[in-house]
Amino acid sequence: MNDLLAARSQMALSLGFHIIFSCIGMVMPFFMAVAEYFWLKTHDKIYLQLAKAWSRGVAIFFATGAVSGTVLSFELGMLWPNFMAHAGPIIGMPFSLEGTAFFIEAIALGFFMFGWNRLKPWFHWLTGLVVGIFGVISGILVLSANGWMNHPSGFDYINGEFRNIRPVQALLNPGWFPEAMHMTIAAFVATGFAVAGIHAFLLLKGRPFLFHARAFKIAAVIAGVAALVQPISGDHSARFVAKNQPAKLAAMEAHYYTGPRAPLLLGGIPDNKNKKVDYAIQLPGVLSLLIYGDVNATVKGLDQIPVEDQPSVTIAHFSFQIMVALGTALAALSAIYLFGVIGRRRWRDSRRLLGLFVVATPMGFLAVEAGWVLTEAGRQPWIIQGVMRTSEAVTPMPGIQYTFILFTLVYLVLTFMVLLLLYRQIRFINVLSN
Amino acid sequence: MLTVVILFLWASILLYILLGGADFGAGILELLSPPGERTITRQLTFRAIGPIWEANHMWLVITVVILFVGFPSIYATVSTYLHIPLLILLLGIVARGTALSFRSNDAIKDDLQRVYSRVFIAASVITPFFLGIIAGSIVAGNIDPAANDFRNAYLYSWLRWFPLATGLFTQCICAWLASIYLIGRSDTEEDKRIFIHHTVIAHIVVLVSGILLFLAATADNVPLRAWISGNVVSLLAILAAVLGYILIWFMLLLRLTSIINIPAVFMVTMLFLSVTCGLFPNVVLLKNGVTLSLTALAGRQSITDLGWALLIGGLLIFPALFYLIYIFDGRTKETSL
Repeated sequence: MNDLLAARSQMALSLGFHIIFSCIGMVMPFFMAVAEYFWLKTHDKIYLQLAKAWSRGVAIFFATGAVSGTVLSFELGMLWPNFMAHAGPIIGMPFSLEGTAFFIEAIALGFFMFGWNRLKPWFHWLTGLVVGIFGVISGILVLSANGWMNHPSGFDYINGEFRNIRPVQALLNPGWFPEAMHMTIAAFVATGFAVAGIHAFLLLKGRPFLFHARAFKIAAVIAGVAALVQPISGDHSARFVAKNQPAKLAAMEAHYYTGPRAPLLLGGIPDNKNKKVDYAIQLPGVLSLLIYGDVNATVKGLDQIPVEDQPSVTIAHFSFQIMVALGTALAALSAIYLFGVIGRRRWRDSRRLLGLFVVATPMGFLAVEAGWVLTEAGRQPWIIQGVMRTSEAVTPMPGIQYTFILFTLVYLVLTFMVLLLLYRQIRFINVLSN
Repeated sequence: MLTVVILFLWASILLYILLGGADFGAGILELLSPPGERTITRQLTFRAIGPIWEANHMWLVITVVILFVGFPSIYATVSTYLHIPLLILLLGIVARGTALSFRSNDAIKDDLQRVYSRVFIAASVITPFFLGIIAGSIVAGNIDPAANDFRNAYLYSWLRWFPLATGLFTQCICAWLASIYLIGRSDTEEDKRIFIHHTVIAHIVVLVSGILLFLAATADNVPLRAWISGNVVSLLAILAAVLGYILIWFMLLLRLTSIINIPAVFMVTMLFLSVTCGLFPNVVLLKNGVTLSLTALAGRQSITDLGWALLIGGLLIFPALFYLIYIFDGRTKETSL
């Protein structure tokens, strides 16, 4: 493994780890706030237990997310010093504003976690809501930095130098909105389905019924609404990519040849040597239709992109297919569930439907990971699209493969510990309720 | 706006030492406490830092952000040549933060608590040591961008007497701050007596490690004495720090401990002011004599916008932070659940 690949792997690992915890840190406070709201309104003890049980889990995830986020702020420089030396001043706005937002989130979390008996009930509820709101804001701000890497703006690139830096324009880069929208909704989908799935599993195992039934409903309804909205934002993102990053679009659709009536591929294994896709279901003209609203529109293929500027078709295509397949499955499950809830159908609490939710537990997060692989691997070989190559940005320090192994071990241990604590937390709920 | 940015950078580092450093110090104290007193230290620590450690920790992140937005060449150079100590620092931060959170949030209290405590203590000892090493290496003049081999570029940039002594000094300052803060957090006279005793020892150890720092500076040809006495502000600040040190002695001897944290904060602030003023505007001193200073800007517009972001952020953060500290002044018996 060469140093560039090791550095990319370590960055991918760190981001892939962090994103799970930040999603949970963004979304769970809203679930807790809903539970606490019902407690304050109804004085039903179960809602209080639920809010407290969730908040204990959140503290674990939040701490892990906070430290893994700190790791990232250093890793950017340790792995990509040349990128940061140039990009830092340009994308400073999102990071400095994010610092503030996360700071407020951390302060509010201190109030929420330790203030159950010291703050007035509604003020306490408000601090929980502040945790969630500022968590989402800080997530949205950080996405501006990634949006900028995909759609750099706010500077003039003259003779290899970054001139006339305009940080506010960089913050408001065109890539920001579609990414922020897609990822924020994704956080609600992923966290919601993970939480709903765990509570569905415990319901099926006959654990305290009311506790888990209420927890399940809060999570499943929020996740369901988000999963139904997500395809709209996904469609918007894909059209945006088609317009601004044709190489990424061609790679994710495994679209080798430019031409009209471009087909949409379902599944398939790209064969890069012969420039064709095996075993795919082809829907002729649908790709053209989705992007340009016209089945006869021409879609740029990989043949019009220099080989040295192409991302890996295999990685981009697979990650895209996985993301879309999981997203579609979750949207379908949501449609069924929400139809059952609104129509007050009796099958909405059936064992079969709960079983489907158990199966869906990891799907949202898998889709998030696949989506990030697509975003990042699809931008290669660029670290700043069209401006700086990833190979130009990497640290001169050799031996990155060893630090990659080290980080892999650390994150494996942390993952194991968090899962163990989650398991013990769930067992504790049973003890509490008995 | 440059002034605002530099002030925020300065204040963030100082606040990280005063707040985050004391958190580390609490872990060091836990290690040094005799087994019988360890539980008291732990409980007081948790009560004192539980609600606020994540916020304290943010000062480090703010520091990093200011550096890479405002002074990217400093950030890029430091993170390239001090990769190894930074790596250990990060592992320490991860281990410590998660261990603290796991220890207090694990639903079942069993033998794992001991594991969390050990990890927490080990990381509390290691992290400030490497934080100090990094700080010492930045100014020690051993970072060599011209080095061609791994050892000279990435190892001997920090593996020197002065950085190591700075690491030790940082550990001592952290433990000393923690023991002083915990005097005020004690509920009973007995606890208070324990922490006064700790502070007396820590007060001597800080002085010894400070002397070691000077010896190491001489050994490595680091002009530490010139920095703290080279200009009026530095000189006055170092004198004020010495006065603070003596004042704390008297307060300890006379058991006037109710406001002892004020001269402690004052002393650390003055020490930091003295050294940073002596260095200003330089931050990184390289082996080839080149310095990376705060005047080598990223770009006027970046600094202006960063300054505004920090001012607005500060307006939101400081009141909330003070209210948080005010509500949880450490004298409550609150736990998370």
